[in-house]
Amino acid sequence: MRDETRMLLESMGRLFEDHCTKQVADNAETGMFPAALWQAVSETGVPLAALPESAGGADAEWSDLYAVLRVAGRFAAPIPLAETMLAAWVATAAGLEVTEQPMSVGPVRAGDRLTLQRDGNGWRLSGVAGRLPWAAQAVRIVLLADGPDGAMAVALDGTGGAELSAGRNVAGEPRDTLSFSGLRIAGDAVAPAGDGVDRAALYRRGALARAMMMAGAMDRALDTAVTYAGERKQFGRPIAKFQAVQQNLAVMAGQVAAAGAAADAGVEALSLDDPAMQEFLIAIAKTRVGDAATMASEIAHQVHGAIGFTKEYSLQLSTRRLWSWRDEFGGEMEWAAKVGTFVCARGADALWPTLTDG
Amino acid sequence: MSFQAFRFDPVELPPAARTLRKEVRAFLDENSASLGNRRDHDQTFSRKMAERGWIGMTWPKQYGGSERTAFERYVLIEELLAAGAPVGFHWTADRQSGPNILRYGTDEQKDYFLPRITRGDLSFCIGMSEPDSGSDLAGTRTRAVKVDGGFRINGSKLWTSNAHRADYMILFCKMAEAGQEEVDRHAGATQFLVDLKNSPGIEIRPVINLLGEHHFNQIFLTDLFVPDNRLFGEIGNGWRQVSSELAFERSGPDRFLVLFKLLVEMVRVAGPNPDRATAAALGRLVAQLATLRRMSLSIAGMLQEGLQPLTEAAVTKDLGTRYEQDLPVVARQLFPTEPELEAVDTYVSMLARGTMNAPRLSIQGGTREILRGIIARGLGLR
Repeated sequence: MRDETRMLLESMGRLFEDHCTKQVADNAETGMFPAALWQAVSETGVPLAALPESAGGADAEWSDLYAVLRVAGRFAAPIPLAETMLAAWVATAAGLEVTEQPMSVGPVRAGDRLTLQRDGNGWRLSGVAGRLPWAAQAVRIVLLADGPDGAMAVALDGTGGAELSAGRNVAGEPRDTLSFSGLRIAGDAVAPAGDGVDRAALYRRGALARAMMMAGAMDRALDTAVTYAGERKQFGRPIAKFQAVQQNLAVMAGQVAAAGAAADAGVEALSLDDPAMQEFLIAIAKTRVGDAATMASEIAHQVHGAIGFTKEYSLQLSTRRLWSWRDEFGGEMEWAAKVGTFVCARGADALWPTLTDG
Repeated sequence: MSFQAFRFDPVELPPAARTLRKEVRAFLDENSASLGNRRDHDQTFSRKMAERGWIGMTWPKQYGGSERTAFERYVLIEELLAAGAPVGFHWTADRQSGPNILRYGTDEQKDYFLPRITRGDLSFCIGMSEPDSGSDLAGTRTRAVKVDGGFRINGSKLWTSNAHRADYMILFCKMAEAGQEEVDRHAGATQFLVDLKNSPGIEIRPVINLLGEHHFNQIFLTDLFVPDNRLFGEIGNGWRQVSSELAFERSGPDRFLVLFKLLVEMVRVAGPNPDRATAAALGRLVAQLATLRRMSLSIAGMLQEGLQPLTEAAVTKDLGTRYEQDLPVVARQLFPTEPELEAVDTYVSMLARGTMNAPRLSIQGGTREILRGIIARGLGLR
């Protein structure tokens, strides 16, 4: 790891640790946006750091920003950090304006299609964008839609007057559905999507963001479970001394290690030019991390016993996010099917070269 | 501030490793008749590899090595394994006996053994397990006594793979006068380089495995004399020496490519357009394999740096054997058939081989339970 990356992750870790208290997490679930946390994160410049300097960014490496998402996942930061990064990416590539305030981005579901039709010097937007993260709190929402001549980016101020149906994931994070029935959009809020930016690319990057966030949440759940096992005494000794508990935690640690390695591999794939190969490697990451999340959360709870099942104890901040994030931007079945379809289309004798070349 | 329990740093294969991969594939094409056979022990094949400098390729040139990186060796062995190359003759020596001789051997031992290994002249096996000590290596009963000019050894080794074909065995035992075993179970642990072909006092009996194959052996050592110059490492240092060997033994692609051919055949049976559920089931396996490969490569990077990533190696082997044992389970669900070892259909025979070999994977080279104990220690639980 480069020194700058390590320093960035250390400082972001301290920031999240200071701001992501249990109280902030609980408040966020009641609908109170953690403004102080966002302000602190925003001041680091991280949300827009991937943008070119000319657009107010720092030309940062995406790999560094994804590494920050892992730290954010570790501390269960209840803010649309990944979404703001991705919204800025879509908007800037299309020449649309961004903001340092919280943004959301979409569509985030594979089946959602938005369409744009010309209307004088403006546009009309139709369709449904389901389960957009923090749509109600976002100051800007950046959407990809199908225009008459291809993919277009749309920047809404807030929800732009769309009909909003509030929802939440099982971690209590806002996931709101926006419905557009010919909503009028001004001409300067719409532009052709930039090179390499389309719904599939956004979906891949979103899936990768969730994979990294899950890797972070699992790092935390493992720490929590190991610490708890060392402190909790039954039958006169810490439960960490029982082989059954040790073996369970060893299995969990293996899954957590695999998740981290798989997510890292997905991030490296961002630098590949071939979108099919990039999708294959990100699909591997989302599949493997999602599978690990299922096993890791199960063991973390088993080790904790009843206390881990309470709202008061912090383990649920990690595990409820794992249960949410594994299904966001496509679950394991969806991504695993992509992996399988890819290797089967290439044929059995190409399996080994597919795994090793590149 | 470190957030992660274990270290699996990303590594990128150097250009030399990519070039080597092409060379290895060309070599395997030339020798395709030797691939995928059940006979794994083939000195002729090993000699062909030796001619290319591919045995002991990371070792110093002074000892016949090629001073290439751990990454190049990684690429070489994964290509050999994926192709089903008969590497049994030199495998143990190349993977762990040679590297350990390099680390702990005397100059004379290095001069004698390493060039012979790299030429494909000498084959090694590992004398660790015994009838009464499998996972509990410290409970070893084989005893060595110092005598004039050497050592006299009595005891028995069991599950010794390829002992009937190997030239040398690195024997793990204890000094008879170890003494303080009540305080330190590892006290007196000592290793020897035993010439299996030319030593009176050695009897090797086959133990046929459930596939009807002869890999295992039981070895009886009766007043075996080993000269002073074949004491390996230091008296009493055996435990440490063995531990260092295990990082090599547990982290490599041999821990998740044993049944690779079964996965290939599953993809073949699935055809180019499988239904979604089939594609997903295969995709999950591929995702596991790709991740294991990355973790193993990361360990190769640590070995290259001279580190001994014992816990990471245990993690990788545990995950690797779990994945391989899942292969026949998933295969049966996706493409049911009656397995048969000698079937003409490759999938059917590979399913039989996979099913029958699966149990050994999480036993050999450290049982699943022992590995998880090592991981638990790495987590600070014990």
